[in-house]
Amino acid sequence: MRHEILRMLENNSRIDLHDLAIMLGTDESVVLEEIEKMENEGIICGYPTLINWDKTDTEKVTAFIEVRVTPQRGQGFEKLAERITNYPEVKSIYLMSGAFDFAIFLEGKTLKEVSMFVSTKLSTLEAVAGTATHFVLKKYKDHGMILIDKEPANRMKVTP
Amino acid sequence: MRNPLSDKVVQMKPSGIRKFFDLVQEMPDAISLGVGEPDFDTPWHIREEGIYSLEKGRTFYTSNAGLLELRKAIAHYMYRKYELTYNPAHEIVVTVGGSEGIDLALRAMLNPGDEVILPEPAFVSYLPCVKLADGVPVTIDLKEENHFKLKPEELLAVITDKTKILILSYPNNPTGAIMTREDLEPIAEIVKEKDLYVISDEIYAELTYGQDHCSIASLPGMRDRTIIINGFSKSFAMTGWRMGFATGPELIMQQILKIHQFAIMAAPTTSQYAAIEAMTNGEEDVQIMRNAYNQRRRFVLELFSEMGLKCFEPEGAFYIFPCIKEFGMTSDEFANRFLREEKVAIIPGTAFGDCGEGFLRVSYAYSIEELKEALGRLANFVERLRKEKNL
Repeated sequence: MRHEILRMLENNSRIDLHDLAIMLGTDESVVLEEIEKMENEGIICGYPTLINWDKTDTEKVTAFIEVRVTPQRGQGFEKLAERITNYPEVKSIYLMSGAFDFAIFLEGKTLKEVSMFVSTKLSTLEAVAGTATHFVLKKYKDHGMILIDKEPANRMKVTP
Repeated sequence: MRNPLSDKVVQMKPSGIRKFFDLVQEMPDAISLGVGEPDFDTPWHIREEGIYSLEKGRTFYTSNAGLLELRKAIAHYMYRKYELTYNPAHEIVVTVGGSEGIDLALRAMLNPGDEVILPEPAFVSYLPCVKLADGVPVTIDLKEENHFKLKPEELLAVITDKTKILILSYPNNPTGAIMTREDLEPIAEIVKEKDLYVISDEIYAELTYGQDHCSIASLPGMRDRTIIINGFSKSFAMTGWRMGFATGPELIMQQILKIHQFAIMAAPTTSQYAAIEAMTNGEEDVQIMRNAYNQRRRFVLELFSEMGLKCFEPEGAFYIFPCIKEFGMTSDEFANRFLREEKVAIIPGTAFGDCGEGFLRVSYAYSIEELKEALGRLANFVERLRKEKNL
């Protein structure tokens, strides 16, 4: 049940609760209770909307930053990571295996703003040993959703 | 000038769906519940194998029966699903969709005048294909109160000395009915006792929502009396690839292969490579799609129950077959008016045999949003009819 609810919500967080209950063959109250439990347990972390900003007038720049870190004694990566999460510019931060430690997705209004953030805020953190900034040029798919225009479905309307 | 045409073909009734199709064509803004194919795209890893085979230049004929690798994958699949053993060398033919398999099996087995028992409502191809193969179709009107399953007494009632083949098609298009092992057992007994053969169209076998599909060929003594028609269209959302297969005893399959070899040569090569990928790595896709269909099935059933439209709970395929007899209209009248007034295409039950009168075929191979819109319009229409008729 949980798994099915999560799968449905992951695709459409605005799904009608009544519809969802019918589709899962159960009662609305059961679904609601399960969702609330998962919210409390931190399994469901929020219901943000996926926006293709490129189609709006709003200027947005996304960058992916590789960050190399000197882990601090007794704290590992956690303390630094926690600190970085506090910047509203930081959309995501992941601890990575491989050649660098943190992968950070940043959002800003302009290239300059993002660059400034990296050079003045991120690079100057004590444990940060180095960064590499990559700007996103175009988004084709995000959070499982295809953002480029697709050919409309061409199924015939009536078939045996 | 001489009449250039075959009397047999001229006498064939055009498909009832065709007529309706033309009507819908004139209404480009109409939405539909009339589609007999999945709304999912073919899973990408399957499409990619097709593309890859083209890149590799695999653009030649395959052997007539299909790529051996694909036939082996099919044999493995049939064993995994039904514990049925077919020799990939002689007992499996890859066809151009399930439809070709139906035609081939009938042509390979029928002599003029042989009777073929055809329970209806049924897929539109069986009856014309029986006639083209010089067989005589004998229809059975299945009953809604039996959930459109074939009952042993119904079968016994139509068997004559000339009966040779029984066509079974479960999970069923258009009713969504299934037949369980217990339902099939008495049928199999009659088939053996009366020395008949079965053409079992199991194209929707992967789409059952209660228990797993049971093939009649897997019942004792039935393997060598059954030709199974199956394919990739519905289970793997591959309708446009035209990929089907037929399995059965060597004696019959070799004759089927002969016709296929002369009429078709071999199924499309690109599609065959994609089909290998579907058979070997497609199980999870099937599960995901089955789950989505089941959710929609529950959704549509609930909406019908809210409308007060009577229908039995279908357990297979992606169709629901509601009854509209309360309105005192024919299926055709209902579908035509519904199309004109609410701009939704829905197929009248009569397109699948005369006994489909009083029913509609509703496909739920649509997104929940599309279903909501179309069924909302149906609810409006039904309400209007009830007011008109003071029901």
